[in-house]
Amino acid sequence: MLELNHIHKYYNAGTVNEMCLFEDFSLSIEDGQFVSVVGSNGSGKTSLLNIICGSISVDAGSIQIGGKDITHMPEFKRQQRIGRVYQNPAMGTCPSMTILENMSLADNKGKPFNLRPGTNRKQVDFYREQLSRLGLGLEDKMDVKVGVLSGGQRQAMALLMSTMTPIEFLILDEHTAALDPKTAEIIMELTDQVVREKHLTTIMVTHNLRYAVEYGNRLLMMHQGKAVMDQAGEEKGAVKVEEILEKFNEISVECGN
Amino acid sequence: MSIVIGILEEGLIYAVMALGLYITYKILDFPDLSVDGTFPMGAAVTAALILKGIHPALTLVLAFLAGAAAGCATGLIHVKLKVRDLLSGIIVMTALYSVNLRIAGRANVPLFSKESIFNNALPAKLPDGLAPYSAILILLVIVAFCKICLDLFLKTRAGYLLRAAGDNEVLVTSLAKDKGAVKILGLALANGFVALAGAIYGQKTGYFEISSGTGVMVMGLASVIIGTKLFQRISFVKATTAVIFGTIIYKACIAAAISLGMAPSDLKLITAALFLVILVVTSRKERRVKIHA
Repeated sequence: MLELNHIHKYYNAGTVNEMCLFEDFSLSIEDGQFVSVVGSNGSGKTSLLNIICGSISVDAGSIQIGGKDITHMPEFKRQQRIGRVYQNPAMGTCPSMTILENMSLADNKGKPFNLRPGTNRKQVDFYREQLSRLGLGLEDKMDVKVGVLSGGQRQAMALLMSTMTPIEFLILDEHTAALDPKTAEIIMELTDQVVREKHLTTIMVTHNLRYAVEYGNRLLMMHQGKAVMDQAGEEKGAVKVEEILEKFNEISVECGN
Repeated sequence: MSIVIGILEEGLIYAVMALGLYITYKILDFPDLSVDGTFPMGAAVTAALILKGIHPALTLVLAFLAGAAAGCATGLIHVKLKVRDLLSGIIVMTALYSVNLRIAGRANVPLFSKESIFNNALPAKLPDGLAPYSAILILLVIVAFCKICLDLFLKTRAGYLLRAAGDNEVLVTSLAKDKGAVKILGLALANGFVALAGAIYGQKTGYFEISSGTGVMVMGLASVIIGTKLFQRISFVKATTAVIFGTIIYKACIAAAISLGMAPSDLKLITAALFLVILVVTSRKERRVKIHA
């Protein structure tokens, strides 16, 4: 169970440009839930993810995982239980290292980074098998540097790498936004597979309303730091793209754009 | 012939330093100026310890550790106090000037009469034909040892993490590791190598001189860039090997400039000019597409 309690977050606090993003924002996510988050630009979607991961701090309020307070835990320590895939496919891999080395890095998450060999030869077949699931032929290019791969290939690897070791939460930050429609589809299918297989609690920010409706069992629409729509379970199953779009337009009219 | 020997000797000494700069500049992408202070620091440590009667080979190890400590200082200033990378290096470099004077006692310390790794009973035991090359042989062993150690380290888990830190800091955080700690480790290792080179230089020339570090960073970077650019298309030459060849080529260029009539006092001018030429020729813009796909 992930809980955000009474979060307050201001940008440029104390200046004329002070902007309040979250004011008394609370949210709780059950274990095993797959939450799709939609909302206009600047509505606080990515900030929400950053607050959960610890990339940005909060001004007031607390964040708890399974009842344990992690509000002041540094970002890198929280990542022990979190896998994160970014919008930019380059953020999840090391371009100047080979596919094999990248897979090894991901496999060593949670283990001490000491003087033992970086690549465990016994694991190579396992990496091959994992890569072959992507259907991109990467399993035959183990010694190719990741920097020469396409965005879609890198994003597929990033997804694989972030979920290779046991984690509890998967944070997806518009992870299909930079990909062409077909690749986006493949990555989305793969995401769903991995989430089901590993029973991950997932939060996915997306601008693709269809993905938000099709995938996941809870839908959240953010607007000006508030959840203006929050539907889970059967309610969520009944939601159609048109409904969200309508709600979206309502919000936008309120804003005057 | 003596010119070639001179180039090889100097090239091999500075190659140890270039290996260090390869870590900060190429792997970590960190412009580390503290190098200008850690190079004479190595010489100061070795001079002070040899005068105290400690075995010359052991002083090399201690010089490495002293350099590593200075590298840690640069890293801590940058990571913990959030000072910009260039400035952290400048702060440590400036402070080290005084620290080095403290260690050595004064600005010039001659070691000619003392036993060193070059000046001992060993060359006499070599066959006659090899005697003039004894220094080169000793240096080759040291350089090969350093290179192999670095190569092996870069293949360990810690080495992978170091490479990842320079490539994509975000990934290091995603792996639940503190990227700051990785940077500090890299800077410590790099400055360890630089101080080791300084110590070898001190033993080879037979004296400690406070200003011997001026411009070594530029010299080292030039060597790293020459090496990695020249050999980047030849896949079987490892980057560390390329850096060593780069240093020797660089030293040959300097020697050529001097033999063409430049005065030894123009050395730093040649160093700077040559570095500029290398930077322009290899065009900085193609360097690293960074992490933006």
